[in-house]
Amino acid sequence: MADQAGSETNHLPLILVHRLPSFDLALTNILQTHFRILDPLHSSQPLDSFLTSHAQSVRALIVYALSPLTADTIRLLPSLEVVVGTSAGVDHIDISECRNRGITVTNAGDAFAEDVADCAVALLIDVLRRVSAGDRYVRSGLWRLRGEYTLGSKLGGKRVGIVGLGRIGSQVAQRLMAFGCIIAYNSRKKKSSVQYPYYAKVCDLATNSDILMVCCSLTSETHHLINKEVMKALGKEGVIVNVGRGGLVDEQELIQLLTREEIGGAGLDVFEEEPDVPGELFALDNVVLSPHKAVLTPESIEAVFQLSLANLKCFFSNEPLRSVVQQE
Amino acid sequence: MENLSVLMTCPMSTYLEQELEKRFKLFKLWHYSSTDQFAKVNANSIRAVVGDTKIGADAKLIDTLPKLEIVASYSVGLDKIDLTKCEQKGIRVTNTPDVLTDDVADIAIGLILAVLRRLCVSDGFVRSGSWKNGDFGLTSKFSGKSVGIVGLGRIGSAIAKRAEAFGCPISYYSRTEKPNTNYKYHSNIIDLATTCEILVIACALTVETHRIVNGGVIDALGPKGILINIGRGLLINETELVAALIEGRLGGAGLDVFEKEPVVPDELFGLDNVVLLPHVGTDTEETSNAMADLVIQNLEAYSLSKPLLTPVV
Repeated sequence: MADQAGSETNHLPLILVHRLPSFDLALTNILQTHFRILDPLHSSQPLDSFLTSHAQSVRALIVYALSPLTADTIRLLPSLEVVVGTSAGVDHIDISECRNRGITVTNAGDAFAEDVADCAVALLIDVLRRVSAGDRYVRSGLWRLRGEYTLGSKLGGKRVGIVGLGRIGSQVAQRLMAFGCIIAYNSRKKKSSVQYPYYAKVCDLATNSDILMVCCSLTSETHHLINKEVMKALGKEGVIVNVGRGGLVDEQELIQLLTREEIGGAGLDVFEEEPDVPGELFALDNVVLSPHKAVLTPESIEAVFQLSLANLKCFFSNEPLRSVVQQE
Repeated sequence: MENLSVLMTCPMSTYLEQELEKRFKLFKLWHYSSTDQFAKVNANSIRAVVGDTKIGADAKLIDTLPKLEIVASYSVGLDKIDLTKCEQKGIRVTNTPDVLTDDVADIAIGLILAVLRRLCVSDGFVRSGSWKNGDFGLTSKFSGKSVGIVGLGRIGSAIAKRAEAFGCPISYYSRTEKPNTNYKYHSNIIDLATTCEILVIACALTVETHRIVNGGVIDALGPKGILINIGRGLLINETELVAALIEGRLGGAGLDVFEKEPVVPDELFGLDNVVLLPHVGTDTEETSNAMADLVIQNLEAYSLSKPLLTPVV
């Protein structure tokens, strides 16, 4: 239910909802008890003219899921001071435009970290131990027909390289330590409080790892961070798990290496052109494919809703915001 | 070293076969049409049996081999060996503990995650092209859920350690309470099943634990509960389990073992909330070889009259 600006009975702060039509989250129901909601999709006006007519005083904008927020849209909002993101990544938001305008951006903070870390570990175990492939083997009747399934690979003792030791990466590390993995990492900067060995270059991390867990954010610097050189450095038995963004991995190169058996396997929750996934992957038993759902549990959704609400309330009360994205 | 005559009961590891052949006189039971057929010619020469989870050394086999002195099992589980008979006859028994603990514990966690996060189903969703028509939907969080473990032995403890890293509170049921753990002990399995969200069966199969997970336990676990079995199929009443899953009285199951492997009840194939594995708990290159090495080391020690490495009897 949208309450377009101008209602006399409503003195609540005004926020602009920015979403693609496919994203109509229950979040609106939560927000409308605290704010006046301006939702351009409830008007038949084109976005540009709607914003020009109705959103000139808007100071706060919330982005639902991964709806792209472009510089063009931001330029139509002269009063904008904060963009509240509801995802961990912010690569769908024009961060440099926000930086130039002094607009604060917040993201999902810790809301998703556990679920994404769980998913990363799940994908890794599945690839190494052939869980999904084994399940297919049983369901197809092949266990009765052919007997024993192919051997997998032991997780314990393997060297795990975490690419991006942020909130998610550190939760991944904590879990994999309990399985007897040896952890090392690459990050923009070395973290002084962390004991794991640090590699300034991803390629060096890959050379010294059996597994790469890709957990970093996608920026112009990290596009195709995991490229041919890195994948070759990882080696023929190497396994890549990606729960970051599809653009972090050179997908075509990965496919080439997988089909030529020059890399051990991959567990992927994200792809370069979702929901299009290259068909060459479908025939492979050493890959596990997940439809970008690492964050999609009721707990994570509720946590990000509450966090977004808190950020908006803090903004309007002039209190410090939580989960501000540090822009460099 | 005398040339020990060893009977291997079934194919279990090509590496193990090769290593046994290098050191001993190896007979392969599956090259004969029946045990009796084998026994007619070779009964009196066999002093050692190497068995596994499929074919061990039951009373019949032991009685057929009058010169049997040692059973070296390519497994940690002993349910396929007539231990009483071995004790009576002074036959030594060894197994393969510790070397496989990590792999089995890893599979237990892998099954929990695959069931809760619907990993196999969503993999199929992507492969079938269904993602293009819409998103997959929500799945259940693992971190922080309460985990109950039946049998806090080597494998049960390893599972607990891993689950703790996910922030899961741990409770357990065992024959006796274990000292030096912070985990909550329950003196009966129904209490454990009532209070936990994920129940993991990690105990040995014995006369006492046969079908320990019955309808009552499954009902106590309930429609949101998840049951994981990495022990033996016969620890669970499979008929009750299948009925509970079909009727929605149990939330889901991850099973690496079944009552009559490799037979899996057909009714399970239509269910989205189960993950089925072909008894792969120890099936990695590394662990299979480590288990084989331990079998060899035990037999070598035996032939040299040295202490066995991992004796059970």
